Amino acid sequence: MTWQGVLQIFVLLAVVTVIGKFLGTYMFKTLEGGRTFMDRVLVPVERGVYRTCGIDPNVEMRWTRYVFALLMVNVVGFVILMILLALQPVLTIFNPAHMPKVPFWVNLNTSISFMTNTNWQNYGGETTLSYLSQMWLTVQQFLSPVTGICLLLAVVRGFSRHNANTIGNFWRDFIRTLLWVAVPLAVVGAVVLIALGSPQNLHAYTVAHTLQGHRQVIAQGPVASMTSIMQLGDNGGGFFNMNAAQPFAGPNAASIFFQLILGFSVPVACIFLFGKMVKNTRQARPIFASMAILFVIGALVLYHFEAVGNPALIAHHIHLAATHNLEGKEARFGTGTTSLFENSTTTVSWGSVIASNDSLTPIGGLVPLFNMMTGEVIFGSWGAGMIGMIAYAVLALFLAGLMVGRTPEYLGKKIESFEVKMAVLSMIVPSLVILVLSALSVALPAGKSGIFNPGPHGLSEVLYAFSSGVGNNGSAFGGLNSATPWYSATVGLAMLFGRFPMYIPLVAMGGALARKQRVPESAGTFPTHGPLFTVLLTGTVVVVGALIFFPALALGPFAEQFAAHAGKLFGG
Amino acid sequence: MRLKVIWSATRMVLLFVVVLGLGYNLLMVGIGEGLMPGRANGSLITENGHVIGSKLIGQQFSAARFFEGRPSATTPPYNAASSAASNYGPTNPALLKEIRTNLAQVLKENPGVKASQVPPDLVESSASGLDPDISPAAAYLQVPRVARANHLSAGEVRALVAQHVSGRFLGLYGAPHVNVLELNLALLKLVGH
Repeated sequence: MTWQGVLQIFVLLAVVTVIGKFLGTYMFKTLEGGRTFMDRVLVPVERGVYRTCGIDPNVEMRWTRYVFALLMVNVVGFVILMILLALQPVLTIFNPAHMPKVPFWVNLNTSISFMTNTNWQNYGGETTLSYLSQMWLTVQQFLSPVTGICLLLAVVRGFSRHNANTIGNFWRDFIRTLLWVAVPLAVVGAVVLIALGSPQNLHAYTVAHTLQGHRQVIAQGPVASMTSIMQLGDNGGGFFNMNAAQPFAGPNAASIFFQLILGFSVPVACIFLFGKMVKNTRQARPIFASMAILFVIGALVLYHFEAVGNPALIAHHIHLAATHNLEGKEARFGTGTTSLFENSTTTVSWGSVIASNDSLTPIGGLVPLFNMMTGEVIFGSWGAGMIGMIAYAVLALFLAGLMVGRTPEYLGKKIESFEVKMAVLSMIVPSLVILVLSALSVALPAGKSGIFNPGPHGLSEVLYAFSSGVGNNGSAFGGLNSATPWYSATVGLAMLFGRFPMYIPLVAMGGALARKQRVPESAGTFPTHGPLFTVLLTGTVVVVGALIFFPALALGPFAEQFAAHAGKLFGG
Repeated sequence: MRLKVIWSATRMVLLFVVVLGLGYNLLMVGIGEGLMPGRANGSLITENGHVIGSKLIGQQFSAARFFEGRPSATTPPYNAASSAASNYGPTNPALLKEIRTNLAQVLKENPGVKASQVPPDLVESSASGLDPDISPAAAYLQVPRVARANHLSAGEVRALVAQHVSGRFLGLYGAPHVNVLELNLALLKLVGH
């Protein structure tokens, strides 16, 4: 480990905190009534969108109506995306590489994947999709994170409103987040990414004659625009098979640093937005602190194990000039920045990669796996991470309440049986889906045949696939052959479960909370803004994550780490 | 009521398919081609009107007179139309076999070099299969061989490598590296081609 590799974690955290604070205030003004400097340009556009779509943005909605509209936008988006991808052989514009039909299972999985903000890719972009199809994917890369913000607003209004039957207007929340936040930032991001080296053109793949006289076909296309929204929207679905490790999508460390900032800005802003919405910014502190603590620990552990390298090499007497693990990593990023990025991509839930996660050391690979298994609450994607953390907060307060025998309160609302049930439901759904589908996959021939690396690492591949699906993350242990009908269908199912059955109970919780009266703070109220609550919250995340998954992790990454030390190899 | 919601959702998605799917991406193509055509077109390097590659995309070098890049897991190696990693896990025998084979190759091509002097990036394959860079240590290790093959002094070639070392961004992000294609182009210039 080098000091640069450690310091860069904290520099990134500091930069995104400052950006998140400003962006959070801006989002609060945009969404909860206020004026921003963009209003002059965007208000007329907003009105135009409402008129074109026949929307009344002023009707207040009950939570059920809010969710219904949200679901319909997702369902319609999914159907239209599937149709557009199926039309690839027919719509021949912007298809200079003459990409043929997208296979049905790939299309189904991809359309679910981009609708749910997962961006799991069981295809190679540059070998499967036309430029036009890539552009259709960017549409969902805008719409799916915005959906996440709507979920957040629906939940947090449960705390910020009192004696209220309604939680806002879905259309207004959706359109304003899209116009005020997603589009302008993506445009700026794309321009910066081009300046840092990413291509943005519609030409046919370039044929080069290399110095040694080989013929090299260089895939290009509108890379920068997709990379910008994939990172900003915490989508992660990239233009190329190897995502941002491909040098056009991740040309240098400067571009990667910028992409990290893009990915973190809105999730961090969501914490500040939450503080403003509940009119007590101190309440956002323990949430931010818990996320930051778990993020830094993960980054350091991952970096440590990648710097120490693969113990199997030493056990087999392969002594190189340095031990750090560079299999599946790029020289320009090195182990430090690669570790930071792979930890970030699974905490903030964008799923873009600059390395092959399958080739991380066993414990190095455990870190991103664990990040996803917590339910993607360490910052998490747009809105979704924040409400996942609110669910953990509700559970933590319930546990604390049990200890002292008192009905817990959070942000001035009594937490009763319905709220706790909904919070726990949102945690049980993902763990159940990950464990059941993983168990089926390692038991059935259809699942086993897709595993690439033998031994415990194969189990890690399968666990990673479903954790990534449920966590709506999208990164992968890439060896797993996920384009088979079995994995296309099951991972597709995991992505759906990880989006709707996971978050809709929390919106129901928000709806129930909004109806309640505000209870004044008393001497018996557990303070939820201090270090004690930070510890309680962090502990709940770790314990709930670890208890459920520890047996599976013991058989996968932990077993492999010990085996590697002993020089035990598997298969072949 | 429900039908009205579905109808609004359909109109909205279709609107954004046009505005974001086509509008956003094509606007960016316009801005890129208009303001930064070199980068927007893939940072291509041309000589005498022929494209010889991209500054950002690695190429395969196997001749003794060139600096070699990293092992590539694409088929064929450095296939820039299909990026791929090996995806070998740490306890996969194929990983150790790959590293041993690459190490034997490096030692054979660079006589006098010991295994304990070989940096991992020269024997472990990259993430994209298109890594344009190697570590400075991997470049310096090849200096004696490259100098001999080009009838240059080791000092001259070492100085050339030193000129091509790029540092970390902000002194923190990434790792020091050398772009192999640019280094080899500079080498050719030095030799007088």
